[in-house]
Amino acid sequence: MSTKKEIWVYAEQENGKLAGTVFELLSEGRKLAKKSGFTLCAVLPCADGKPMHQELFNYGAKKIYNVEDPKLDTYQNDYCAKVVHTLIESEEPEIVLYGASTIGRSLAPTVAVMGWAGLTADCTELDFDTEREILLQTRPAFGGNIMATIICPDHRPQMATVRSNVFKKETVGDAETGEVVDVTVDLSGIRERMKRIDSVVEEVNTVDLKAADFIVSGGRGVGGPENFDKIKALANVLGGAVGASRATVDAGWISHHHQVGQTGKTVCPLIYIACGISGAIQHLAGMQSADLIIAVNKDADAPIFDVADFGLVGDLHEIVPEFTKQIQALKA
Amino acid sequence: MNIVVCIKQVPDSDKVTIDRETNRLNRAGVPSIINPFDENALEMALQLKDKHGGKVTVLSMGPPQAEEALRTALSLGADEAILVSDRKFGGADTWATSYTLSLALKKIEDPIDLILFGKQAIDGDTAQVGPGVAHFFGVPMITYVKSCEVIDSGFKVQQVTDHGYNVWEIEKPAALTVVKEANELRMPNLRKKLASKKAVIPTWGYDDLNPEDEKIGLSGSPTKVNKVFAPPIKLNKEILSGEPAEMVKELIFKLREKKVI
Repeated sequence: MSTKKEIWVYAEQENGKLAGTVFELLSEGRKLAKKSGFTLCAVLPCADGKPMHQELFNYGAKKIYNVEDPKLDTYQNDYCAKVVHTLIESEEPEIVLYGASTIGRSLAPTVAVMGWAGLTADCTELDFDTEREILLQTRPAFGGNIMATIICPDHRPQMATVRSNVFKKETVGDAETGEVVDVTVDLSGIRERMKRIDSVVEEVNTVDLKAADFIVSGGRGVGGPENFDKIKALANVLGGAVGASRATVDAGWISHHHQVGQTGKTVCPLIYIACGISGAIQHLAGMQSADLIIAVNKDADAPIFDVADFGLVGDLHEIVPEFTKQIQALKA
Repeated sequence: MNIVVCIKQVPDSDKVTIDRETNRLNRAGVPSIINPFDENALEMALQLKDKHGGKVTVLSMGPPQAEEALRTALSLGADEAILVSDRKFGGADTWATSYTLSLALKKIEDPIDLILFGKQAIDGDTAQVGPGVAHFFGVPMITYVKSCEVIDSGFKVQQVTDHGYNVWEIEKPAALTVVKEANELRMPNLRKKLASKKAVIPTWGYDDLNPEDEKIGLSGSPTKVNKVFAPPIKLNKEILSGEPAEMVKELIFKLREKKVI
């Protein structure tokens, strides 16, 4: 295998705005670049790249493959896959990372089968084995019941998708520089098999789990939809957001926008308070990278206590209102 | 309209546990189910058939017992079922699985208008086979679809995004992966359930699909499992119990000590 010793981050953008995950991937990519000695690069299919370059450099990209075409302003799978595949064929990178967004999870598997690349979905940890020169890609499987480290020994590039909020973003500086490589990929021969005719942004009440510093989550132990008020009250007094386990969402107690876990959102708050959540690992997969985890549960053997920093064994219906009261008193 | 729904039989992951001593999954006695997202894909197909007529075929790749999942799909209203199964296909990752399924689709005689998948399977959670099959089979693909209506040129679909949804027009034949909020599932029909027990389900193996050897099974799979382990446990934890007011007081004291609140 003679490849170029580059690590690529797919710089997902729409209408000139980069997705937040790109910066998380670049931040993590820097660590991999340092360990491997490879060059960290961003691949930017877009209509007008220049306004986005500085930010990509600031997060550690040393080189940007800038591919401009009016057809690339918003995402279309056929066009973007063609661009990334063409670049991979000519530049032969070692590693390509994508955000596990709607876009990344459509694009990456397409690109993987266009060549013969290995692809690992939803990694929660990436590392580089310097001896074998391969990427170690760790991810939960079987609903998060086990962790598996996946490798791709004989095919290149090694590709992975990573969910948002798994890695922390960190800039290198605010005036970093690097190389811009302008590349043209001819898209004129691709028939337009699908066309986006509208894009709707929904105002999903005020649940912003991904940005919250504090999250108070309720599970089956909450007992019913009306009791979520206790969870909400604690979240309010902390200035945080309300999360929920899959069981409560499936039971219709709260909307799926609140769901934390492998099939819901991945969150990374300063404090995560799990109330009446037993800790099915599919839930843990969505919150265990929180800085500090507090678990409230009646059952002292509940698996949620395995990942908690603080565990309160008792009835959440007494503990949560008490917690709210004492925080209120503290703030008064 | 001919619709093919690709389904996967999976262990009910809520009931799978791990043995922390051996790092192995305790799978004994865990029931097998149709991957829940695939049920929504099947329901979407059945609703389109109810409205526009046509035929729904279910296709599954797996060991011989995956036939059970196909029978369940027949009892819900699918017209035909095909099992793709061969020891030589074993150990396939998403790349090799996508390739093998695409060969099965090419072997289906009636021209296909629509191929549906669940958005991901709950055992592997990769969401990669739908897009992979679409490319190998040569049709355009949209992921995370919550609604699909038939229009002259093909289909008009809504795709769930991180902030709302996109509306696409996609020509036929097309491939879509379907999310849970797409629909409510129907119950099995008693008459169909009885018929499904007797239905003859063809099995297509290596000789039927005539694949390139290096693209199937383990040899066709770029990714390998290097290591499997139990999720880590936190060691420095503090467990409090007793009177709620006292516990909370102690907790708040410790949180303030750590300067997190």
